[in-house]
Amino acid sequence: MTILNLYNCLGTYLVIAALLFAFGIYGLVARKTIIGMLIASELVLAGSSVNFMAFNRFLAPDPTIGQIFTLFIMAIAAAEAAIAISIVIAVYRNFKSIDTEDLVDLQG
Amino acid sequence: MESVICPPAANLSIAEGYVGLIFLLTVGITIFGAFIATTSKSLIRCVAALALCFTGVAGIYYFLLSPFVAMMQMLIYVGAVSILIAFAIMLAEPEDQSGSSSNGSVLAGPFGASIGALIFAALSILGVKTQWQSFPKQGSGDIEQIGKALLTSHTMVFELISIVLLIAIIGALVLARKGRN
Repeated sequence: MTILNLYNCLGTYLVIAALLFAFGIYGLVARKTIIGMLIASELVLAGSSVNFMAFNRFLAPDPTIGQIFTLFIMAIAAAEAAIAISIVIAVYRNFKSIDTEDLVDLQG
Repeated sequence: MESVICPPAANLSIAEGYVGLIFLLTVGITIFGAFIATTSKSLIRCVAALALCFTGVAGIYYFLLSPFVAMMQMLIYVGAVSILIAFAIMLAEPEDQSGSSSNGSVLAGPFGASIGALIFAALSILGVKTQWQSFPKQGSGDIEQIGKALLTSHTMVFELISIVLLIAIIGALVLARKGRN
């Protein structure tokens, strides 16, 4: 296995997916703004999609099922991004900030 | 079972060598975009790097023999989700977080980095060391078969996802409109 043949290996795609997932988890923990955490969660979803597509290409008997999974993940991610962004705008209107350390008030 | 997952390449042709180079470039774009998207201070730069990362992921989908999903990735993620996040940044105009390093979040960076490194190491060791078993393919998985599968065996999920999207649109409108004078 040379370095130019990496695109035929399942392990390459699994390592890329793990790297995307790990970047997403790091961003979710370390980010201080809601939008930064949203970007990190998109990275987590991209990592899981790459995993599905890799297993679909190399292992699955029916090669449509992983693609359908990925398409549904895209739809869920689009819905999640829309909801999260409207929440961000509502939060910014009330708090004048989207820093997670300023959002410490509960209603009650 | 021998590893059909990663066949040994004794003699690559020139074209296959170029394909391998393009794949390495795609992977580099993906990882660079993900790195910038999680570590940059400026949020608008994060969104641009996220779009770059998603473009690389679309290239990876293309290498995984599904150009339809790659096109959908470009349309939905690069064209819609990144632009949506950019709109949110412009509407909420978050200030740069350079001076607001209070206590309690000092440990978040190293903590998150160690957790991410642990997850990456565990998942990649698991993915590389496992003896995966592959099964014979049934069908080619092109766009015609995806359409047939979506409308025959996955009809329920297909309808449910449309309802989810509808509810998400209405919910986003309601949430964004509520506090408005």
